[in-house]
Amino acid sequence: MVKVVLPELGEGIEKATLSYWFFKVGDKVSAKDDLVELTTDKATFNLPSPCSGILSEIFFHEGDSVNIAETLATIEEE
Amino acid sequence: MQLNLLNLGLIPFEEALGFQKELHLRAREGNISQSLILCRHMPVITLGRSADKKNILASEEELNKMMIKVIRTERGGDATYHGPGQEIIYPILNLNNFKKDIRWFLRGLEEVIIRSLSVYGLQGKRFSGFTGVWINQRKIASIGIAIKNWTTFHGVSLNLLSSDLTNYKLIRPCGMDISMTSLEDELGRIIDFKEIEENLVNKFSGVFNN
Repeated sequence: MVKVVLPELGEGIEKATLSYWFFKVGDKVSAKDDLVELTTDKATFNLPSPCSGILSEIFFHEGDSVNIAETLATIEEE
Repeated sequence: MQLNLLNLGLIPFEEALGFQKELHLRAREGNISQSLILCRHMPVITLGRSADKKNILASEEELNKMMIKVIRTERGGDATYHGPGQEIIYPILNLNNFKKDIRWFLRGLEEVIIRSLSVYGLQGKRFSGFTGVWINQRKIASIGIAIKNWTTFHGVSLNLLSSDLTNYKLIRPCGMDISMTSLEDELGRIIDFKEIEENLVNKFSGVFNN
C-alpha cells in the first residue's frame, strides 16, 4: 500500500485546500496520472499518482484543509 | 536560460489556453523550460477552481446580449473578467529549474507588475493574504495560476484602459467587494500596448533571472 502525502509547497505554506479529486475510491490509477488537485493562495497544483494501482482510500474531501505531510489517500499497488 | 516569447495579440481566451497547454507540455517534458505568452482577450468571465457562481452578478441573458462567455478553468482564485483593455501575461515556467515554491512564484509575478508600474512613477503594493497588485486600495493587477508537475500556466492580468473597468461590475472580482483601477485611470493618459509589453518582458526577465 502506497500513501499519497502532501509535499512541501514552499516557504511559509503549512496547508492547502483540497479542490478536486480526478478519481474516486475503487478506480484504477496509473503512475503519473493527475490524482488530486489542491489550492493555496491564488494557485492550484496537482499531485500525480505515485504508482499504478487501485485508489483504495481517501482521507480528505473537496473543500477540506490539509496540512503539509498529511496523508491524502492510499493506493493498493498492482 | 533563454525565454521563449509568444505575443498572441488580441485572441479569445480558449485559443490562448490551447497555446498555453502546448507550451506547458513542452516545458514539463523539459524541451522548452520557460515561455512567456503576452496577449489580450475579447470580453470573457472566467471562474477559478474555487469560484462561487454567485459572484457573477449579471444575468445569463445580460451576458448573452453582451456576447460574454463564462468559462470554468483550473486556475486558482474566484471570478474574474478579461477584456481587450488588459494586458495578460501567461508564464509557462518549469519550477524544477527555478524554485519549487508556490509563494516565491506568486510574489515574483507581483514584483514584475510592481517594477513595470514604477517605470511610470506609480507605486504598486501588495496586501498580505490578497494576491495581486494594488494602488491605494484599488486593484490594478489580478493573479490566478495553475501548477501541474511543478510547471506553471495561467497568469496575470494588468488593467490598462479605464473603458474595460465598467465590465467588472458584472462580477464580484475574486469574490470580494473591491474597486479596480487601470493604468489610464492612474496616469490620466493611455500607454501604448507595445510599450507596456516591452516593460513587462524586461521586468519579467529581471525578476526571474533569464
